[in-house]
Amino acid sequence: MSSIEFRKDLFADERDDTLSEIGHPRLRQDILGHVTGRTRYYDDHLFDGLLHMRCVRSPHHHARIRHIDTAAAERMEGVVRIVWPTDVPRNLNTLLSLIGFGRDDEALLSPTKVAYRGEPVLAVIAVTERAAREAVAAVRVDWEVLPHVLDVEEAIAPGAPSVNETYPNNTFDYHERYDHQKLRFGDVEAGFAAADHIVEAEYQMSPIEQAPMETCGAIAAPETNDRYVCHTATQALFFSLGTTAKLLEIASSRLHFIGGTVGGGFGGKVDSITEPMAVLGAMLTGRPVKFMWDREEEMQVGAPRGGERWRIKDGVAADGRIIARSFTGFFDAGAYTRLSSYAIVKGTGHLPGPYTIPNVASNVFCVFTNRTPATAMRGFGITGVDFAIECHMDRVAEAVGVDPVELRILNAYRDGDMKPHRRVAKNCALIECCQVAAAKAGIRLSPEMAAASSLTGGGGARAEIPETATDEVGRIGERRQRAMPTAPLEGATAKRRVPAGTQGSSVGAAAPQRADMAMDPRRVGHRVEDGGYQPVPGRARDASRPAAPAAAPPAASAPMPGANAARPGRDPGPPAAPTAAPPAPPAAPSSSSAPRPPEPKPYEPEQPFQKGIKRPGVSRFLSGTRRR
Amino acid sequence: MSKTPVTFTHNGAETAVFVDGGANLLDVLRRGVGDLSPKYGCGQGTCGACTVLIDGAPHLACLVLAEAAAGRRIETTAGLQTGPEPHPLQRHFMEGFAAQCGYCTPGMLMAAKALLDASPNPSREQVIEAISGNLCRCTGYEPIVDAILAAAAEMRGRVA
Repeated sequence: MSSIEFRKDLFADERDDTLSEIGHPRLRQDILGHVTGRTRYYDDHLFDGLLHMRCVRSPHHHARIRHIDTAAAERMEGVVRIVWPTDVPRNLNTLLSLIGFGRDDEALLSPTKVAYRGEPVLAVIAVTERAAREAVAAVRVDWEVLPHVLDVEEAIAPGAPSVNETYPNNTFDYHERYDHQKLRFGDVEAGFAAADHIVEAEYQMSPIEQAPMETCGAIAAPETNDRYVCHTATQALFFSLGTTAKLLEIASSRLHFIGGTVGGGFGGKVDSITEPMAVLGAMLTGRPVKFMWDREEEMQVGAPRGGERWRIKDGVAADGRIIARSFTGFFDAGAYTRLSSYAIVKGTGHLPGPYTIPNVASNVFCVFTNRTPATAMRGFGITGVDFAIECHMDRVAEAVGVDPVELRILNAYRDGDMKPHRRVAKNCALIECCQVAAAKAGIRLSPEMAAASSLTGGGGARAEIPETATDEVGRIGERRQRAMPTAPLEGATAKRRVPAGTQGSSVGAAAPQRADMAMDPRRVGHRVEDGGYQPVPGRARDASRPAAPAAAPPAASAPMPGANAARPGRDPGPPAAPTAAPPAPPAAPSSSSAPRPPEPKPYEPEQPFQKGIKRPGVSRFLSGTRRR
Repeated sequence: MSKTPVTFTHNGAETAVFVDGGANLLDVLRRGVGDLSPKYGCGQGTCGACTVLIDGAPHLACLVLAEAAAGRRIETTAGLQTGPEPHPLQRHFMEGFAAQCGYCTPGMLMAAKALLDASPNPSREQVIEAISGNLCRCTGYEPIVDAILAAAAEMRGRVA
């Protein structure tokens, strides 16, 4: 009944495999345990004297804790210990702090304020699960309910409640300075200007719960060698071990973590919450403690794939070639960072989808809302924007009057093309997939599209890195005056122009480790020339523009505000544009004879906005236009 | 809390346990008897991971009061294999890749056994109906349905 069809003719010279494994079931090494019920998941480890831990959780989306009364709970039969936030030795963490990404923003048990419904504030350890449940129900919390925000764009609007005290602007700070992750490749505004069609749309993906069959949980117990053993359902054993060691201020050598047998995960078991709770319980009681989410908790507080909102604007030539594409994305991180910050970096590297587009720009915001914190789920960072991109491709096909399959073939990456994150595409196969799928679906392709191949037509001019549009002070993308000044440019002239040779060093970049890693000014946003900054001819249009950003092209959702540099993009470029002044050579070789300028000091912000200062007016980048 | 003695047949063996008032059969099987093959998935009777056979009929152990099992015949996946070889259902689940994480598998096997015990020659629709109360999040249901049908065919051949 196999419906697998082998197409060994495709890329035959690239593969030496026989595909002999595909379509033939192989016995899993763990399958005998699964079918006999002998596979031991974390909850299948039995301990004498096991205690049960359950959390007191917030019934509100956003609230301050005035007072907690545990008197009644403490008197109840079977209650062994109430666990307070002060029992957590280091009660603030962020998952990716283990790799130095982001600031600690989430408490294991929140001491003062809750920012999502279900956030734990207290735990009860009791001799039975039932006793723990009854004690939790007997705890009285006096809440001061705060206004909450559940929508990403409302969260970054002026006056929105501050969800996360570590990031009071409700956005994650990229590179400690920026409220969004940016991608610039070519000049989208020039591409839009040269396009025959503009296609814009917004896409929204809801949060999705991974819903593994086994709920999250862990059992910890003191061993006899001054260590604690922890059986856990985690998908990330060493992540959980490191996080536990950090939160509990215990040497990781005293933690004996056992896992790897996971009853379904799909990304939802990487958040390392249950293990520190269980180990803390074992430390406080000296007995085995189980901390297990029931199904209701799994659905309410189990971190889902976060919701995403994307606005895509395409500039399309009459023949269907997409010559510019811009994105504005809002990632709903929920109340705390977890892994959303990383998902956006990953997703930005994926833009603009598997298509060769010479001008691409993207601003993606990691936004905090009073929702359940989001985390990993299969292909996270990619799935949501791919949904948006492929819906948008169909919309473009309709607008231009091109068959949707042919539109994809026309724009698909071919081997040798340059991707917007400056990597060369290789082993491309989208064209072949489209051709096979079209044949199966009975869609007749034009002879030209039927003959297209990923192996030919790529590279060449398509592998050139276009000059990236910059503003008048040489920054990539929009300027951010007034509300939040960015770093003053080191060595900038009185006119705030960028002198030559400071590329990269003025923003505190680390010195390159190898010669071939040195920054090539032709490849990055600043346009630098020998002897100082020279405005390129295309800038003339800037000068005639009013300074007010209101001049940004058609209001609503042009995601690239300011659109300062109106230099023509490479591909659709009006041939008259005399921008072809040769790019300046890298500073290094020419400086052999000239006296070397003193090494600029790395930039250190005097008053970094990201360290907790509420910025006035919040983000001006809603819908890509500056806020009025 | 008072404890009540309850006796039942567990995979063919006479078994006696003391249970708390209100305890469910799933907890008693796992903690009291030590049979860890039924799994906790939801505690609400929606996922089927705790499916066991009571007097041959599939029940959700998380919704059965342990005291209600007194005098009954309980079968779980731990008792499915009776000889040196796995039960045909188990073997076809193995060979047909009908399990990935394995957490739903014991419940699936019990639901399938109840079906095959009652109707040895089920249609595909009957198989789908029989496991409609059992959720799987990994493998998809097709390999599971295929494995149950293959096991049914093999068991019919063995009887004939």
